[in-house]
Amino acid sequence: MTPRPTPSVRVQAEDFDLGREQALLTRGRRDIGALVSFVGLCRDEEGALEALELEHYPGMAEAEISRVAYEALERWPLQGLTIIHRFGRIRPGEQIVLVLTAARSRADAFAAAEFLMDYLKTRAPFWKKERCADGAPGDWVGAKSEDDAAAERWR
Amino acid sequence: MKALYFAWVRERIGLAEEEIAPPRDVATVRQLIEWLSARGDGYAAAFANPATIRVAVDKTHAGPNAPIGAAREVAFFPPMTGG
Repeated sequence: MTPRPTPSVRVQAEDFDLGREQALLTRGRRDIGALVSFVGLCRDEEGALEALELEHYPGMAEAEISRVAYEALERWPLQGLTIIHRFGRIRPGEQIVLVLTAARSRADAFAAAEFLMDYLKTRAPFWKKERCADGAPGDWVGAKSEDDAAAERWR
Repeated sequence: MKALYFAWVRERIGLAEEEIAPPRDVATVRQLIEWLSARGDGYAAAFANPATIRVAVDKTHAGPNAPIGAAREVAFFPPMTGG
């Protein structure tokens, strides 16, 4: 039985490096068989977006992501877990969020990563506001009912 | 207690945070929203549709019937759009 790992949870303005995070998670380990990473990017579909402003609730963002991380550790026998969520101004093409799961087998690593993203979207206190390329004041991004449905299916 | 406002709730009220002292008969999250709504036009606009308001009591998600008795910090915000 693998001892339960301590998740690494970070909420930061700075960018992150997937290769570095993978190396940190697997350093000195010979027992990890599967590493799944999800990176969420800022997306612009119509050339209209200058950037997203990500507002967050300091303190609660870290606490809520940690709660979700420990829920994932209850459900799947993970060997390592890293979650990074950025805040502040993020431009199209830049990274917003990282979920990295390590497990003996891929099924657990995939399932846990998907669960974590579904729950982060509906529970982590972050809000996106659009900054338009033409300088017009942008709108707050609305919560999607598909995200609620995605989180609901894990109940 | 401290009240915190985020995203368009913050914009409509015009404040990020403030000290509030609701009367003792304001005991739940739902009652606190009703009490805040009566504080001015910005508050009324922010809380016009309570179904779109999410609340955290001491940095933990809380439903409309959650008690606010011993809370130090209550936050109000729209549904989350991170990830």
